[in-house]
Amino acid sequence: MERPEAEPLSASGSCQAGEAEAEAGSGPAAEEPGGRAAGTMMEDCLSKKIEITVSEAEKRTGRNAMNMQEIYTAYLIETRAVESQTEGQCSPPDSLWRRYSEFELLRNYLLVNYPHIVVPPLPEKRAEFVWHKLSADNMDPDFVERRRIGLENFLIRVASHPIICQDKIFYSFLTQEGGWKEMVNETGFQLKAESRLKALNATFRVKNPDKRFTELKHYSDELQSVISHLLRVRARVADRLYGVYKVHGNYGRVFSEWSAIEKEMGDGLQSAGHHMDVYAASIDDILEEEEHYADQLKEYLFYAEALRAVCRKHELIQYDLEMAAQDLASKKQQCEELATGTLRTFSLKGMTSKLFGQESPEQREGKIKVLEEQIHDGEEQLKSKNVEGREFVKSAWADIERFKEQKNHDLKEALINYAVMQISMCKKGIQVWTNAKECFSKM
Amino acid sequence: FSSQTSSHSRLLLCTWEQDFAPEDLSLPNGTPVDTSSPASSSSLLNRLQLDDDLDGETRDLFVTVDDPKKHICTMETYITYRVTTKTTRAEFDLPEYSIRRRYQDFDWLRNKLEESQPTHLIPPLPEKFVMKGVVDRFSEEFVETRRKALDKFLKRIADHPVLSFNEHFNVFLTAKDLNAYKKQGMALLSKMGESVKYVTGSYKLRSRPLEFAAVGDYLDTFVLKLGTIDRIAQRIIKEELEYLVELREYGPVYSTWGGLEVELAEPLEGVSACIGNCCTALEELSDDMTEDFLPVLREYILYSESMKNVLKKRDQVQAEYEAKLEAVALKKEERPKMPADVEKCQDRVECFNADLKADMERWQNNKRQDFRQLLMGMADKNIQYYEKCLTAWESIIPLLQDKPETK
Repeated sequence: MERPEAEPLSASGSCQAGEAEAEAGSGPAAEEPGGRAAGTMMEDCLSKKIEITVSEAEKRTGRNAMNMQEIYTAYLIETRAVESQTEGQCSPPDSLWRRYSEFELLRNYLLVNYPHIVVPPLPEKRAEFVWHKLSADNMDPDFVERRRIGLENFLIRVASHPIICQDKIFYSFLTQEGGWKEMVNETGFQLKAESRLKALNATFRVKNPDKRFTELKHYSDELQSVISHLLRVRARVADRLYGVYKVHGNYGRVFSEWSAIEKEMGDGLQSAGHHMDVYAASIDDILEEEEHYADQLKEYLFYAEALRAVCRKHELIQYDLEMAAQDLASKKQQCEELATGTLRTFSLKGMTSKLFGQESPEQREGKIKVLEEQIHDGEEQLKSKNVEGREFVKSAWADIERFKEQKNHDLKEALINYAVMQISMCKKGIQVWTNAKECFSKM
Repeated sequence: FSSQTSSHSRLLLCTWEQDFAPEDLSLPNGTPVDTSSPASSSSLLNRLQLDDDLDGETRDLFVTVDDPKKHICTMETYITYRVTTKTTRAEFDLPEYSIRRRYQDFDWLRNKLEESQPTHLIPPLPEKFVMKGVVDRFSEEFVETRRKALDKFLKRIADHPVLSFNEHFNVFLTAKDLNAYKKQGMALLSKMGESVKYVTGSYKLRSRPLEFAAVGDYLDTFVLKLGTIDRIAQRIIKEELEYLVELREYGPVYSTWGGLEVELAEPLEGVSACIGNCCTALEELSDDMTEDFLPVLREYILYSESMKNVLKKRDQVQAEYEAKLEAVALKKEERPKMPADVEKCQDRVECFNADLKADMERWQNNKRQDFRQLLMGMADKNIQYYEKCLTAWESIIPLLQDKPETK
């Protein structure tokens, strides 16, 4: 008697993460709404129909769950139909206020209901990887400003995703101020939430995972690690660079004092000192711009976590499937043993029946019948679990392909922007020192 | 940088009247007359000429210090430098000389010049003592920095219309065995019973000549400002090196990341290499500042201290003269003529003033040129640093924008 195996889920051919582009093209993209042909699908995306902005942030006071007074920041979400703009009309946008915790609620809802999607991350809850001049305080205006931008970016990402942009709860989030929270909770998504996934470190002994997902999970772990490292060091680099520039400001003062006692050298020194002040002051803007680069990296740090979550979901599905198959196999075996009266494997029942005598044929028949029913149910379940598993792999992998392209595109742009920033900084440096040199030449 | 109280601040002052017999052939300013060649009045006048021509055509004495070499002996290890002289002057037997000297020879020369030319400003030497363990006396950078300073020292003397004719300078440039000459000199000194006086404090003067009045205050402030600039420059170098440490960790992380990626591998690797190039450029910048900028600053601090001491000496001479004058005035004798020694004193004061005034003007001019060059050099180094970084970043833009071939 054969044991129904969980079907091997390493799908059409063994796929390496690197051959993603070739693989994706041959996938059944057309059937899936989140398919590879992202280009054509984008037309349906919400982001094409409405323009979303998070335009303002405001401090509010309110009462929290424990009825204690708290201060929080509310963000103004404005939405405007794209068509109304192209027609030359500028209709006033619809708007509503939301706070960070509501964004979190939305995202958790999306995570539960779209486990096969790499859900865009939120900007960080608390300021991390800060260099000394920046504040780690959540109420700090710079932090609030960067969070505002991050929240806007989150909404646009969701609206640009071919699948989740169609979600009704998301749409209500953007358009319905009152009663949204209740609406979300009524969907009962918290019950669906897989508590096992929350135990991030729990490992499921999965015998036959799709190798691509295993590699991808490994990749997401490495990615998180390397981006964290990068952000940490970048913050230290920023700190040091700040110091270098600011110390030059001291030249300004001393040149000024020195010029006072000189006759011919005075003017040259004085004006050179002014340029040193300019140089010292320039670092503030430079580093502020660099924070945007850090934010872009942070987004992908958090995206890595979302990616990992999808892999974990696959593991969980596969685990359940394997457990179900195992359970079915053992039931079938029991049935066989009862039917043929042979003991294949050691079982307590078998031992007790040996010790205390066999059961009556009626009892045995009854048991067999129960088992056969269970087996039948089990087979149905296994079938549907298999289908579920396969579909998950297909749709998840499709979204992963989409995500990979987006990641490569975005990070390339981030690197280009970073290089452009460095070039601008170098040019400013050359300018200032050239000016200073000219002043010195007139000494 | 605290030890500015080197041998230069300690003054050796000869009291001439007691130590030089009237029949000694020496000019009022103490320059011994070269008796080897006929001392015609015209050549004497030439030497006294105070405006010096600095353009190459009229210069007839060129000195260079180069080629440092390490000598390892049983007793000690030290460095010698090659001193090359090219000249058309009659005071030199040959048109060219090439000898080797070590730091203590330069130090000896400086002391001799201070002794024999007390009315003149002697250029400073780089620091004599270096703390072992803190600075490597034999490292390339240290030796090169010292060589440049010694070269400048000799060039400044060679360009000086009076000091360049000094006998000790001549011997320094030409003698094969300097130590023999040194011993000779010592014997001579002890024979003449030279007495030394330290110059401390200031002297009460009726009035200082205008040109010297403000200089003292100027020098005090000037030295202060230079000290501040030195500290700022050191701080900048320190901050730059700490920045460099972080950059050295930063660059490789991009490379590690590139190892995880496929399409992004090249761009990330490119960024990593770019940062590496910036690290190299930064290191060059801070090395340059350490080797070229700081030593020159410190040299001028020493130079200023020297100047202050010469001014004090001048004050002392004037004070002596004034004291003598008072003493004569108190004697109510009707003397038609000033006593000879008071006249001699007056001569000394006037010569000192003339010499010092000329030296001060020269010093001010040189200072202006030297600082102009120094600060322009600093600006240049920074410009070069940024240009190197700019090139690096601009070169990876096409790499970053490059679209991979569609597979």
